[in-house]
Amino acid sequence: MGQSILSDIKKAAKKSLKARENELANTNRQLEILNGGLFADGELPSFKDKIAKTGQFPLKPRTLEILQINVGYTCNQVCEHCHVDAGPDRKEIMTRETMEQCLEVIRNTGAHTLDLTGGAPEMNPNFRWFVEEAAKAGIQDFIVRSNLTIIRSNKKYHDLPEFFKKHNVHVVSSMPHYTRGKTDKQRGDGVFDKSIKALQDLNAVGYGMPDSALRLDLVYNPSGAFLPGDQAAMEHDFKKALKEDFNIEFHNLFAITNLPISRFLDYLIASDNYEDYMYALVEAYNPAAVENVMCTNTISVSWDGWLYDCDFNQMLNLKVASKVKHIKDYNEDLLNDREIVISQHCYGCTAGAGSSCQGTVT
Amino acid sequence: MANSYYDPADLRKFGSITEWSEELGNKFFDYYGKVFEEGALSAREKSLIALAVAHVVKCPYCIDAYTKDGLQRGITKEEMMEAVHAGAAIESGATLVHGVQMMNKYNKLSM
Repeated sequence: MGQSILSDIKKAAKKSLKARENELANTNRQLEILNGGLFADGELPSFKDKIAKTGQFPLKPRTLEILQINVGYTCNQVCEHCHVDAGPDRKEIMTRETMEQCLEVIRNTGAHTLDLTGGAPEMNPNFRWFVEEAAKAGIQDFIVRSNLTIIRSNKKYHDLPEFFKKHNVHVVSSMPHYTRGKTDKQRGDGVFDKSIKALQDLNAVGYGMPDSALRLDLVYNPSGAFLPGDQAAMEHDFKKALKEDFNIEFHNLFAITNLPISRFLDYLIASDNYEDYMYALVEAYNPAAVENVMCTNTISVSWDGWLYDCDFNQMLNLKVASKVKHIKDYNEDLLNDREIVISQHCYGCTAGAGSSCQGTVT
Repeated sequence: MANSYYDPADLRKFGSITEWSEELGNKFFDYYGKVFEEGALSAREKSLIALAVAHVVKCPYCIDAYTKDGLQRGITKEEMMEAVHAGAAIESGATLVHGVQMMNKYNKLSM
């Protein structure tokens, strides 16, 4: 099976599912797949039934700690596993007006962490203004998720390390592997070399150095249909290899499981790995991870201001089950009283040591 | 059921062997789990040994399982292939070292 289909995917993968008019660009189709097949047949238990068994349904939020804002789906890369279906052809970008609504919330939130993501958040034309304004709110931990290559993609981004430093931004960057082959296979040719150069640029201004307060963390997600290994062991291997080969330093490695949605779902189906992957996720289910799963302490905001339990629900268009659904009506007390919207993709965050935008959760 | 002695889907049913002999099955899985924990050898090193042995004993289930295990641990394909060669070298060496027996016998029987 599949090799010719897979090579077709690789050729097509220069564009988003949306631009290719792929059926999975339709979120209802993705949910049909996730709710059908193995789960409809009863071969595997639904996520709802699984958490109900340990008395964890309905899933409710704990205290809000993280406000994650997706400032747009435009990206300079088209990664094969991207759950956002981001790319240069995606034009969904947060407007300044929505950013102003977000700033109002940031100034008043009880959350201690602000987490900006995308796409490549730096490609939003109002990104720098937004960071400057948000930094004034004095949030304890201000994260920007940078794909690294953006820093080297164009001269106008070369000064980003200095800009991040000026605003004491915590940089969290994707790095699928410490070898060129694996990185480029997942993220595209040349990505590895550009990422290495960008990491060296960040190190040069003080990011990631052993005693530095300028935090630089890396995100690892598997380059294929398998789950991430032990986070601490992976961090050890990454640190050793990046230091020895490129003299690069960083603080922590977050191992994140790929969730079976969007482009990763497309890959799983085309490579005939979908069923095995869902079995592996269900088999690795860990009730302890459910306790700390990120939707219980996070609110995710989309480029157009809608509110979600997490970035994955955002990409499946599963808005929060609350009277408050938009940033313009934001009310933390009402939101804290909601039930979290779940489906079978949630198994991705409860497998093994658990998975969140901050790495493992157990 | 697949029309073959080996069905990849059987791998995930491995645990069901305890249903017909609970005590022995559980003892085996406890032992198995313990063997692959971090010890004097790292879990990563043991994964590569398991991959090499999987090839030598020609177990398709084990090859699938330890290729995936290696990927999860960030083991590279070059490391995996070297491990397979280490297993293959011992296996072919085990054949070839019997050549000495053949030579001994030949010499004994020849004038």
